[in-house]
Amino acid sequence: MQLLFYVFALVTIVGALGMVLSHNIVHSAFYLVLSFIGLALIYFSLSAPFLGAVQLMVYSGAVAILVIMAIMMVRRTDMTVSNPTQSLIKRFVGAGTAALFFVLMGLSIVLTPLGGGDAALPATEAADLAGLLLSRFALPFELIALLLLAAMLGALLLARGGDES
Amino acid sequence: METSFLSGLALWLRGEIYGVTGIPVLSDLALDVIGIALLLGIISMAAIVFTYAERKVCAFMQVRLGPNRVGGRFGLLQPVADMLKLMSKEDIMPEGADKVLWALSPALLFVPAALVYAFFPFDAGAVLADVNVGVFLLFAISGQAVLPFLMGGYASNNKYSMVGGFRVVSQMISYEAPLLFSLLGILMLTGSMRLEDIVEAQAGGLWFVFLQPLAFVIFLISAVAETNRTPFDLVEGESEIIAGPFTEYSGMRWALFFLAEYANLLTAAILATTFFLGGYLGPDFLPGFAWFFLKAVLMVFLIMWFRWTFPRTRVDQILSFGWKAMLPLSILNVFLTGVVMCALGLV
Repeated sequence: MQLLFYVFALVTIVGALGMVLSHNIVHSAFYLVLSFIGLALIYFSLSAPFLGAVQLMVYSGAVAILVIMAIMMVRRTDMTVSNPTQSLIKRFVGAGTAALFFVLMGLSIVLTPLGGGDAALPATEAADLAGLLLSRFALPFELIALLLLAAMLGALLLARGGDES
Repeated sequence: METSFLSGLALWLRGEIYGVTGIPVLSDLALDVIGIALLLGIISMAAIVFTYAERKVCAFMQVRLGPNRVGGRFGLLQPVADMLKLMSKEDIMPEGADKVLWALSPALLFVPAALVYAFFPFDAGAVLADVNVGVFLLFAISGQAVLPFLMGGYASNNKYSMVGGFRVVSQMISYEAPLLFSLLGILMLTGSMRLEDIVEAQAGGLWFVFLQPLAFVIFLISAVAETNRTPFDLVEGESEIIAGPFTEYSGMRWALFFLAEYANLLTAAILATTFFLGGYLGPDFLPGFAWFFLKAVLMVFLIMWFRWTFPRTRVDQILSFGWKAMLPLSILNVFLTGVVMCALGLV
């Protein structure tokens, strides 16, 4: 299982690197999908099939299509140089931000006491998750539903176009 | 666990391999490999049989003859001739194509189409990947089949391919929602997302097609739309966009698209069988897997029947039908199921 984790982690990292380094922005988007799928595979190897399925359905299913459709609809010229190399300063700023994020994530992972203790194992079964969502986390769940509804109405409004009069 | 012919066979085979090698892990692995080989065999067999059956069914529906030269007066060897023709065709890559994406698209399309077969309960206990969240995982994986179309459409550097790719995406996304929502009623009734539990819940002839007739109709229409077949085949509507995303593919690359399409057709039939027609359940005079394939083939015939008797719909009709009729109806079905379950005190 340890070996599998490294293979899947490699897939994820190759996807992420490919997304950043690729010159064609459509290739970048497909590398992003590879990274999403790698993450789903890691969930599967951690025996969290529900989370893996959600990752596949939401990210590499819906988000990826949204990204790629948006790119293809907006950009009409040649794609081969659509993701050009940035100037040196921008690259340093980007690298700095990434490094800062890495340090923050690393710190929070190292400083968080993990596993063991008297806490019950987190729910991974779909039924347990559903129970938690509709009881203990009912309010955040409803708030997210409201947010999504607002987004949907906004999209409908945009798609209908402005009032002519 | 209930035993059946297939699971008994698997158990016996595992014992035999264990007897020869003496390593438990190896016998498990060998059995998995055999299972995967069997599934790939089923898929290729389906493609061979369906190419022939489609022509014969189509000929029957439209009062024509169909294949009647190659291999006797019933044209039984027509699929072989088709295969030879496909293999001898030149492999042409369009100029200005995005080479890597173009080559990847047909292969990637086949992966999710074949992967979902691991979840099907062909018989009691005869499932390759027995997952508790089976239904959800199955649709998460089959949903991955959308991107390769778009990939092929973009990489072909052809406006017809591109339009076809966009059409696939809008159509498949529109019908995935009602497809999943139509199954929610069944999940509410069984309380499990494991496919074998869903089949077992239909024991005693109480198939879900009788309990959830509205869901069955919605499921069938959405499943046909997901497989991009007539009356929803405007993805490759030849009178408008040549062949959609497949336009620039020839020979064996095109054959892969074709294989994935027939794999998806059988998947739709198998899903309808499993969710609504009691899967492998049936009277004892036939083994479970025989019932399973009998029902699945019947569903395939029904879907072929649709193909050759309905005209092609327009893209705006398809999308508005999906969002304005199918989705609300499927949500209504969930609501009605809940009300009835409450009234009967099942909750």
